Amino acid sequence: MLTAEDKKLVQQVWEKIGGRQEEAGAETLERMFAAYPQTKTYFPHFDLHHGSDQIRGHGKKVVAALGTAVKNLDNLSQALSELSNLHAYNLRVDPLLAQCFQVVLAVHLGKDYTPEVHAAFDKFMSAVAAVLSEKYR
Amino acid sequence: MVHWSAEEKQLISSVWGKVNVEECGAEALARLLIVYPWTQRFFDNFGNLSSPTAIIGNPKVRAHGKKVLTSFGEAIKNLDNLKATYSKLSELHCDKLHVDPENFRLLGDILVIVLAAHFGKDFTPSCQATWQKLVGVVAHALAHKYH
Repeated sequence: MLTAEDKKLVQQVWEKIGGRQEEAGAETLERMFAAYPQTKTYFPHFDLHHGSDQIRGHGKKVVAALGTAVKNLDNLSQALSELSNLHAYNLRVDPLLAQCFQVVLAVHLGKDYTPEVHAAFDKFMSAVAAVLSEKYR
Repeated sequence: MVHWSAEEKQLISSVWGKVNVEECGAEALARLLIVYPWTQRFFDNFGNLSSPTAIIGNPKVRAHGKKVLTSFGEAIKNLDNLKATYSKLSELHCDKLHVDPENFRLLGDILVIVLAAHFGKDFTPSCQATWQKLVGVVAHALAHKYH
């Protein structure tokens, strides 16, 4: 699914956000809860206020998982296997998180979030979503 | 009818006031054609769409992008009456252009990303939430006359 060029671009993006990864995770979740209130139904046990420790902590987890995916672009299925179980049996995979993560990248990278990078990253997020949904049926 | 709070209207107009419709429209349409290549099927007569560079530089893409976003501006002036505003365009996209309305949603999401890239931190979560709502409602209005 991802060409060699796509993989290169995805890895470059990941390097560009470097130390801001955790922040990006929290911001992604915050944007997702604001734009798509239905996503909050998966976190009734969370304090969802701006800056909450739980959002920060969970954002960090999400980004770490994406980071694992970036390091294992040739083997997403295996790398995300456990997460696939969680998402298949307890959650629901929806492009909403992907949209918000891309918005965060666009906010932080500005012009560097070129159409080519955008396309590659969109493909990457689709591939991740596909793997996470793998165990549904 | 969709309800817009005073804050939402403010967030919409303050962003829109700073948007260069020609640039933004061109960029959004180009990205649609690049990120979701199947959308190129609607633009057979646009000439060279063979690469991201070709698409970005294509004058027909730029012109059409401007047209699309200008129409969006009409929506913003008629927030309380979107279905009527887009009635004819909806029929056109269904009967003559045969566009799957899912593509309106995709373009809307891309527009949000383009705005995020332009405005950076100023495109706050509240801003994004309002604009996601707006693009969703526009997409819905454009799909309304489908049969």
